[in-house]
Amino acid sequence: MVWYPDWPVVASGVVGPVAVIQANQVVVASAEARSEGVRVGQRRRQAEAVCPGLAIVGRDEDRDARAFEPLVAAVARFCPTVEVMRPGLCAFSARGPARYFGGEESLARQVAEAVDAATAVVSGTMGEGCRVGVADGPFAGTLAARRGRIVPPGATAEFLAPLSVRELGRPEFADLLGRLGVRTLGQLAALPAPQVLSRFGWEGAAVHRLARGLDERPLDARRPPEDLSVEAELDPPVDRVDTAAFVAKALADRLYAGLVKGGWRCTLVRIEAESEHGESLCRTWRHDGTFSAATLAERVRWQLDGWLTGPSRPTAGLTKLRLVPEEMVADHGTQLGFWGGMAEADRQAARVLARVQSMIGPDGVVTAVLDGGRSPTERATLIPWGDQRAPRRRPELPWPGRIPPPAPALTSAPAGSVALEDSGGRPVVVNGRAEPSGAPARFRPDRGPELTVSGWSAPWPCQERWWDPDGHRRRAWMQVAVEDGRAFLLAAEGSRWSVEAIYD
Amino acid sequence: MEVAELLERARPVALAGQRALPVIPALTSILPGGLCRGGTLAVGSGPGATSLLLALLAGASAEGSWAALVGMPEVGPEAAASMGVDLGRLALVPDPGEQWPAVVSALLDGIDLVAVRLGGRLRLRPAEARRLAARARHQSSVLMVTGAPWPEGCDLSLDVVAGGWEGLGNGYGSLARRRVEVAVSGRRAASRRRQATLWLPDDSGRPEPIDDTLVALHP
Repeated sequence: MVWYPDWPVVASGVVGPVAVIQANQVVVASAEARSEGVRVGQRRRQAEAVCPGLAIVGRDEDRDARAFEPLVAAVARFCPTVEVMRPGLCAFSARGPARYFGGEESLARQVAEAVDAATAVVSGTMGEGCRVGVADGPFAGTLAARRGRIVPPGATAEFLAPLSVRELGRPEFADLLGRLGVRTLGQLAALPAPQVLSRFGWEGAAVHRLARGLDERPLDARRPPEDLSVEAELDPPVDRVDTAAFVAKALADRLYAGLVKGGWRCTLVRIEAESEHGESLCRTWRHDGTFSAATLAERVRWQLDGWLTGPSRPTAGLTKLRLVPEEMVADHGTQLGFWGGMAEADRQAARVLARVQSMIGPDGVVTAVLDGGRSPTERATLIPWGDQRAPRRRPELPWPGRIPPPAPALTSAPAGSVALEDSGGRPVVVNGRAEPSGAPARFRPDRGPELTVSGWSAPWPCQERWWDPDGHRRRAWMQVAVEDGRAFLLAAEGSRWSVEAIYD
Repeated sequence: MEVAELLERARPVALAGQRALPVIPALTSILPGGLCRGGTLAVGSGPGATSLLLALLAGASAEGSWAALVGMPEVGPEAAASMGVDLGRLALVPDPGEQWPAVVSALLDGIDLVAVRLGGRLRLRPAEARRLAARARHQSSVLMVTGAPWPEGCDLSLDVVAGGWEGLGNGYGSLARRRVEVAVSGRRAASRRRQATLWLPDDSGRPEPIDDTLVALHP
């Protein structure tokens, strides 16, 4: 098992204290940042407060996966059957290569050196963080890699025994075990298996197997009855990541549909590609649980991204792509939520909107969320589809001076000055106390014919952010109805009137 | 969360074989069967058209359908929400770009109500119009157009024929409610012109019927 600590930080290529942020929370921090007090789960502002020189980068799993590919290639020189678990973590079977490279210690050292050299090329930093561990099974292997330990065959249970149940990566389950007095994996392993199964169900049984140093599932001796691999001929050859991603999605969906039909779930998938010049590429990905259609497509996209943009990219476009499910387990089914949840219509709409985003760009499809503010344009915020729908200001506050309901149907109307005249043809202006100089009678928009005013409200003043020299605005608002049945919201700033919204 | 609310959410969006999308009570007098899935619908471009369009989306949106507005960057989301449109199920494509027929066609695949404002850069040839109408029919979605006439003629067309705001005097008051007259005409079963008077919106910002007298005008 080869583990690179804080991979998202390394992949970002930034040196010094770095924090990787997702949804305003720290998800990964570099060692320098941690020593300054930055913690995972902190808000961005807190992190910046404890560590003023902190560099912030956004979470980008594509970037992490792309940067990880050269490292996997380095490991693959020792053993061709490398299984990538996620960017930053990969595994291979040590038994064969260990004998060839002079024992497990020697193999681990050589792998670590090779990976560090590859990292130095990728990120431009001194690569020295790679850790290699050897143990029975992927779970124990990951824990061994974190500690840089080499556990001899058969001694995995002893290695695991003193470790905390929190290492299982299931916080709620570990919490329950802790309350029952089971604090280490050794104590958990000592419990009798049938009782664990009857008390904690399938999840408990799987965890119990892990604690005993076995695989999560008992070996399934049955072979899949049919060849479920899927394949796509790419004509014309694909050499761009976005086109490849589209193919990847379709292929992953097909593989998933085939698996579901047979009642299987996949835990290990091999991605194979051939280029126009006959080069063949192959990589295996493992999932901690089982792959869904979306996670499968994501892995394929990452892999294609890594191949097509990496240093050892093929000399020609890809002509063939093949997905082979290597390891499958029987699908025991999932109970869908009874109340609410995501309906099929929502899923379908999400697919369609994602497709439109791929056509016109991610900012081309937006959703709106009601927001706090005074002017009609501030009352709603547009958020690209797929991002978290959260208001920027606080919509529940009263916002005195805001436009009274009903809300205008057209807000960001084409800005432009308008002329507002009284019956004598003199322009109407408002004074400092928002009193008009005369009764508006005619109204001429920037374009279009002159309109006769049929009703107008008393202008009301609105002074915003008087403490802020840049954001300070002083305006007077007025509603004006015209004879053809429309109504306008006008704002006077200085001595100019502009249309802010139309009550269409 | 109240049990009634949960029940409301857990209810199926559309029963099998259901071919119409619901409309709000204010519009049931002129659209008694709701919005027919797979049809095309034109909304006139006069004053009040935007509000009428949002009111047409509101009924289905409240029942769990998705809606999309294409080429309407200036529509106010707050007005849409007060008309009864669920903003969580409203996608906005403010600028669909040159390949906008492809975008609309893709949206019709999974979104029940797709509204497009024609005009400006969004021009349409009759062949493309036929293709989009066929797409809507095939996918059982409703295609709504506004801003310019649909080259092929629509199954239904709605228009605000008269309207006026109330509540605003000369130098006092503020806009409170609007009384509009909406007329609908169309092909086949809807060939008889119907007209209804409604508040669009009423004092609380919602569209409400004024009375149930259905005026059937014979041409």
